[in-house]
Amino acid sequence: MLYREAGQFKASYEADQQIFPILQDRIGVMLLIGFFALAVPLFADQYWLKAILIPVLIFSLAAIGLNILTGYAGQLSLGSAAFMAVGAFGAYNFMLRIDGMPFLVAILLGGLCAALVGVMFGLPSLRIKGFYLAVATLAAQFFIVWALVKIEWFSNYSSSGVITAQQIEILGFAFEGPQSKYLLTLFVVVMMALAAKNMVRSTTGRSWMAVRDMDVAAEVIGIRLMRTKLTAFAVSSFYCGVAGALYAYTYIGTVEPEGFNLDLSFKILFMIIIGGVGSIMGSFLGAAFIVLLPIALDVFVPMLLGDLVSSSFVSNLQLIVFGGLIVFFLIVEPHGLARLWQIGKEKLRLWPFPH
Amino acid sequence: MQFFFEVLIGGLLSGVLYALVALGFVLIYKASGVFNFAQGAMVFFAALTFVGFLEVLPGWTGMEEGGRAVFWLAFVLSLAAMVVLAIATEKFVLRPLVNQPPITLFMATIGLTFLVEGIAQGIWGANVRGLDLGIADVPIEYMMDNFNILISSFDVFAAAVAAVLVAALALFFQYTRIGRALRAVADDHQAALSIGIPLRHIWVIVWAVAGFVALVAGMIWGARNGVQFALTFTALKALPVLILGGFTSVPGAIVGGLIIGASEKLAEVYVGPFVGGGIESWFPYILALGFLLVRPEGLFGEKHIDRV
Repeated sequence: MLYREAGQFKASYEADQQIFPILQDRIGVMLLIGFFALAVPLFADQYWLKAILIPVLIFSLAAIGLNILTGYAGQLSLGSAAFMAVGAFGAYNFMLRIDGMPFLVAILLGGLCAALVGVMFGLPSLRIKGFYLAVATLAAQFFIVWALVKIEWFSNYSSSGVITAQQIEILGFAFEGPQSKYLLTLFVVVMMALAAKNMVRSTTGRSWMAVRDMDVAAEVIGIRLMRTKLTAFAVSSFYCGVAGALYAYTYIGTVEPEGFNLDLSFKILFMIIIGGVGSIMGSFLGAAFIVLLPIALDVFVPMLLGDLVSSSFVSNLQLIVFGGLIVFFLIVEPHGLARLWQIGKEKLRLWPFPH
Repeated sequence: MQFFFEVLIGGLLSGVLYALVALGFVLIYKASGVFNFAQGAMVFFAALTFVGFLEVLPGWTGMEEGGRAVFWLAFVLSLAAMVVLAIATEKFVLRPLVNQPPITLFMATIGLTFLVEGIAQGIWGANVRGLDLGIADVPIEYMMDNFNILISSFDVFAAAVAAVLVAALALFFQYTRIGRALRAVADDHQAALSIGIPLRHIWVIVWAVAGFVALVAGMIWGARNGVQFALTFTALKALPVLILGGFTSVPGAIVGGLIIGASEKLAEVYVGPFVGGGIESWFPYILALGFLLVRPEGLFGEKHIDRV
């Protein structure tokens, strides 16, 4: 009843090509952003901001990065955490070594470092694909973490590569409390998500999808494979790098290379599988799901089962639930939560009528 | 020079263990086209189940602790557990995902990895356990006296087990009815189906055989380094082995394992000191990556041809 596009005529190409062609969608997104930008920082308590909202936003960004590579360009990567590490350490070094480095420029430069490294490790994708490529990205995962630990210059000669993020300051305003850090994260993530959404609708994004669906056919219709695959690697690593920089600066504060391990890479992969492969919206849903699930299990399992279970049981249960959900989603809904969202919207269009 | 040979042989012997894990991968990939990331978790599950039965069986049955009977009963029961795992995997993971792109199946096995790890630890607990197979871990005196090279008898035993296992599998594939059916399925699913080979049974069998290989690999690794979560990482080490050897070749898994094992130990000893050590963690991957660029199908793999 409320959600229906009847009567909304598109009279220009601009109107036809909007991100959200339906008025209700536009209003909804505005309300959503308004809610998260205004209401949440006012009313949410510190724990929610620090432990849930900020990580959800950061992981959403990383998931968008991986989704660009895996979901849109079809190149499976198991090294996203390593690219996050490059972004974090890159931003740290720019802040450290250049006097008066603006924070936002530093994280973008950190992302660019990650993009460069990503292109380097993306080069093999020109000759290999599928599982072989997944193994190649594992090389990136192990090599980058090793290099960040062993080459002490990166961490300014601290022991075992631990870095402590500097104070964030933009135009004289110091970002200290979780509120301001949350808003900063939200701003960066929303901007980059919009950019990503537009990118996947453009020539670049369409050529990624063509390569994903069948690379030989894409080549035949004149898409340059090398450029397409490498831009996918570059953009994806850039997103992961910025996410990594935010992870260090607005979330954890003190990070070590070992923190960006294979487990984190898998977590990001799970986010896009559960959220929806090849969907920007799905990256957000998946990240929220994966961040909230362990917390929910920690809270509810002891509550339901009482003292019967130990904490090790809960952590094992977490593994089982994660694994089970992955298999479940791959079988039942390969397009993830994003697809469920889509179905919900379709249903809403007809509601309250059956047809 | 003696030191070089010691490192080389040590590397080759650890390569045998990588090869054992890689063998499980190859079996499943050949028969079902699934790249089974969960092989490492299966090794962990198998070893943990075996050790767990060794601990609880004397209490249940009143058998003598550490005796021969307990050992074999635990072995048989663990094998049964692996068969159950194979059946469950086929029923709940593979069958619903038939005809999905290989990458989906791969991701499903990553999910399976977590599932199996969680179940294994949920049943048996997460603490590190020692495993004593009753094989002495002492230097062989003959080599010590004549060539002054230090080789552990346990490592030689592991190599012998691997050799026997490979030979047995080769014979099984070559000469039995089931083996022939397996090869037919590996060759062409549809053709195999159309001449009446039951695909599902074959899948269960092949996963069970991979489970058996995982059990043997897990017992040997576990006896060497303790039965612990780190066993699951053996799967990660087996990946470059596969790339080197080719996904579809049993001899490739063995040769690849030997090359990776030897080269990573040699690199650690001779190159490591110049770059700060610890290069074992990534050297096999970079080696495999370099190799991929020259020969994408691996040493013995089938050449991949794309058709539009």
